[in-house]
Amino acid sequence: MPAIEILGLEKTYMVGFWRKRPKRALQPLHLTVEEGEIFGFLGPNGAGKTTTLKMLMGLVFPTAGRARILGKDWTDPEVKAQIGFLPEQPYFYDYLTAHELLDYYGQLSGVPATDRKRRIPEVLARVGLTDVKGLQLRKFSKGMLQRTGIAQAILHNPKLVFFDEPMSGLDPLGRREVRDLMEQLKQEGKTVFFSTHILSDAEALCDRVAIIHKGELRGVGAVEELTASVQGKVEVIWQGTLVPASMKALGAECHVTGDTVRAVISESQQDAAIDALRRERIRLIAITPLRTSLEAYFVEKLQHSQTTAGKTS
Amino acid sequence: MSARIVHIARNTFREAVRDRVLYNLIAFTLLLSGAAIFVGQISIDIERLVVVNLGLTAVSLFGVVIAIFIGIGLVSKEIEKRTLYTVLSRPVRRWEFIVGKFFGLAGTLVVNTFFMAIGVFGALLYVAHKFSLSDAQILVALYFIILEFLIICALALLFSSFSSPLLSAVFAFSLFVIGSFADDLRGFAALTHGLTRWFATAAAYLVPNFSTLNVISAVAHRQPLGAQLIAQNTAYALFYTAMALSGAVLIFERRNLK
Repeated sequence: MPAIEILGLEKTYMVGFWRKRPKRALQPLHLTVEEGEIFGFLGPNGAGKTTTLKMLMGLVFPTAGRARILGKDWTDPEVKAQIGFLPEQPYFYDYLTAHELLDYYGQLSGVPATDRKRRIPEVLARVGLTDVKGLQLRKFSKGMLQRTGIAQAILHNPKLVFFDEPMSGLDPLGRREVRDLMEQLKQEGKTVFFSTHILSDAEALCDRVAIIHKGELRGVGAVEELTASVQGKVEVIWQGTLVPASMKALGAECHVTGDTVRAVISESQQDAAIDALRRERIRLIAITPLRTSLEAYFVEKLQHSQTTAGKTS
Repeated sequence: MSARIVHIARNTFREAVRDRVLYNLIAFTLLLSGAAIFVGQISIDIERLVVVNLGLTAVSLFGVVIAIFIGIGLVSKEIEKRTLYTVLSRPVRRWEFIVGKFFGLAGTLVVNTFFMAIGVFGALLYVAHKFSLSDAQILVALYFIILEFLIICALALLFSSFSSPLLSAVFAFSLFVIGSFADDLRGFAALTHGLTRWFATAAAYLVPNFSTLNVISAVAHRQPLGAQLIAQNTAYALFYTAMALSGAVLIFERRNLK
């Protein structure tokens, strides 16, 4: 049974004050997310990611279409007891402490008092908020609020978790911890659906991704499948001013700056480039990924959609 | 009642307490203590009349201000701050949220009124040195004031479900003022003719009739209040509150939370 089946959900808003005109935020969307996978919902800002999530949460009503979550109609209140949701840039009742907030949300989710007593310190520790007892949320930093948001989303042990931009507001260590948490959730058999515009997070975590742009689905599948036709780029820097012929043969664009050479090659030629430099006994300084294959795919899809739109208009 | 409504109501009450709403009791106590001492010194035989009039009017006005200013933000503030997202993504129905918010605010006002009532009786004891049987009528006036709060809370929630806090405050306060003169409005409607009469009568019966709930003067003058009036006012206030709450629910059930 799929965890999520989106069956043609679409949303058109009426904009304007006097003369209302329709503005389509989401084209009919068809998407299936399997149980137990980490699914990335990717797209630039304003692509329709948050609108989709809000429709699935029942916060915004679709113009047409429907969805099924965990085998039930998405409007079924029983479904909501089994899902967790972290909104984008979450804001909570700032007069409460984290413990009080989680207790309140636990009550609303129907978690018994004894379980809440045990679960609240557990989930707070899990998101790295161990020393916050008695501290009101109005005194929390942005990162701490984000962690609180993640804690409330997993408090009631949901089968399916929706995260809207979960890494937002987190420092690099926090991002690492959230990535680890999402992997742990997967290991526990839960399904994770998260939206992001940070592609490296998606590439590192996701079993499958969907790319959405201007309210339209541009591609969906496993990262390896999607990126099979495109190549990422890496930057190779070595000492000296010599550009070996074997490097040129790889099609590298080389630039000599002072006593270093900088070359940009495709990801698949990385090993051949290292071998070429070794053969010439040239000292390698750095190899840095410039654009991952998912980024390359993403940019290609976005450019393609812009070209298509240009031709149509 | 659904357990979720109780949890939402309790959290609304907690919010009001932590936002120091009950601090108004300090201002009320100062006002009433000052008035009792002042009245005790300058008036002869009418101390009770002045204290009851002043005390109950203050209870009503303090409560109305709280009901309007908290009520107008109950829904709109939650939408604006997006705190609603993490509530409605749980197994909470939208009507439960509205009803829970209503009971939370109504509970806050009942507690507030309870403490103010202690203040009124304290001031009365200070100026009259004893209670008489007719002072029990003050409890009826306080009960009617609470009924008035229920209507205002429901109206504030209704406006809050579709309008901005500023407009909601204007609407709610206007209705409170117009509703306080509802009897006069009905009298005016009876004097008109034709289409004007039809519109005036409709308007007079549509606005909440706060004049029937205002028995402060009658209580201050020890005029008896019948059981029929209590029953009628109770039924009227509950019906009007239910209608306003139903309107709020109907609007909120269809609202997109952008």
